[in-house]
Amino acid sequence: MSQPTATRARPVSPHLTIYRWRPTMAMSIAHRITGIALYFGMLLVAAWLVAAASGPVWFDNANWLAGSWFGILVLIGFTWALFHHLFGGIRHYIWDTGVGMGKETSTLLAWLTLAASLLCTAVTWAVYFIWF
Amino acid sequence: MAELTLPKNSQIRTGKTWPKPEGATNIREYRVYRWSPDDGQNPSVDTYYVDLDDCGPMVLDALLWIKNKVDPTLTLRRSCREGICGSCAMNIDGSNTLACTKGMDEISGPVKIYPLPHMPVVKDLVPDLSVPYAQLSSIEPWLQTVTPEPAKEWKQSHEDRAKLDGLYECILCFCCQTSCPSYWWNGEKYLGPAVLLQAYRWLIDSRDEMTGERLDNLEDPFRLYRCHTIMNCTQACPKGLNPAKAIAEIKKMMVERRV
Repeated sequence: MSQPTATRARPVSPHLTIYRWRPTMAMSIAHRITGIALYFGMLLVAAWLVAAASGPVWFDNANWLAGSWFGILVLIGFTWALFHHLFGGIRHYIWDTGVGMGKETSTLLAWLTLAASLLCTAVTWAVYFIWF
Repeated sequence: MAELTLPKNSQIRTGKTWPKPEGATNIREYRVYRWSPDDGQNPSVDTYYVDLDDCGPMVLDALLWIKNKVDPTLTLRRSCREGICGSCAMNIDGSNTLACTKGMDEISGPVKIYPLPHMPVVKDLVPDLSVPYAQLSSIEPWLQTVTPEPAKEWKQSHEDRAKLDGLYECILCFCCQTSCPSYWWNGEKYLGPAVLLQAYRWLIDSRDEMTGERLDNLEDPFRLYRCHTIMNCTQACPKGLNPAKAIAEIKKMMVERRV
């Protein structure tokens, strides 16, 4: 037989791997991830400003990179992260007042965060592609 | 620091598949977490087949059917079988709830059952709840006063009594407590939704005279403010209560007493 119960370490019951993802839970972690992503986005903005300050050659190169398909892809992601984090912040602000915390309302607010961020990103880039 | 993966001794291996009941035509598959302190092995998930024509409609009925007819070693807590004792709280179909009030018809596919998440397991579906109980006693969940005791009872207006609605119904099953990712990662320092709902129940009680001291006790980066409004607690509560809202109200009280 094995060791007595008292000296055997009890297992930890499973958590992340077995818990059903709720919209509120998913948007909560998305809020954090987009928040971290914005730090990297800000580094890109800073790099672009540094390039602008470093002379026309650097600035042209930076603009070429930003205008490449990869650059556009990163910028679209940055735009979405910005909008998602913004709407997530508004949602948290509403919740901080104790409003909209019911089971259904909170789920709706979580979906709205996602919908609004996707919509605003789409509109922003539609405007860019159509007029610029 | 949050440990996102299970330690080595907690990783789940494939378990035993028990035979289907003979002659049964209406069968439901159950996949149940098993761990015994006696055999030195890692936890497993066993597969059982329940004869629905011989069994009640609730998940608890099926678990007791398995225990009575298939595998008497299956271990779980249960008592009232009507959602008031809170004993049979477990993770069913990915959410924490009471086995006795969860209907099998609410679940599609095989019914997957685990103990309450991120808790030390005593055996099978029985978690060790010592930490949440200790946290509950730390908030001193009883009436505390300084004025001399009245000759009869402590009186309360109907309006003040109504403030306890949605709080006093808590049965302390800890479904919400163990649904919270913040509690998973910081369970020793963060009090968790169930305990904070109890804390608010006494903060808002018009008869209690220790409001300031109770708030002082919660004014801490971990005890209260590890709540990040993930809302799993409110989504999980089998009694339809709103621990996230109670926590938000405590945070508001913290601000209000400063201005």
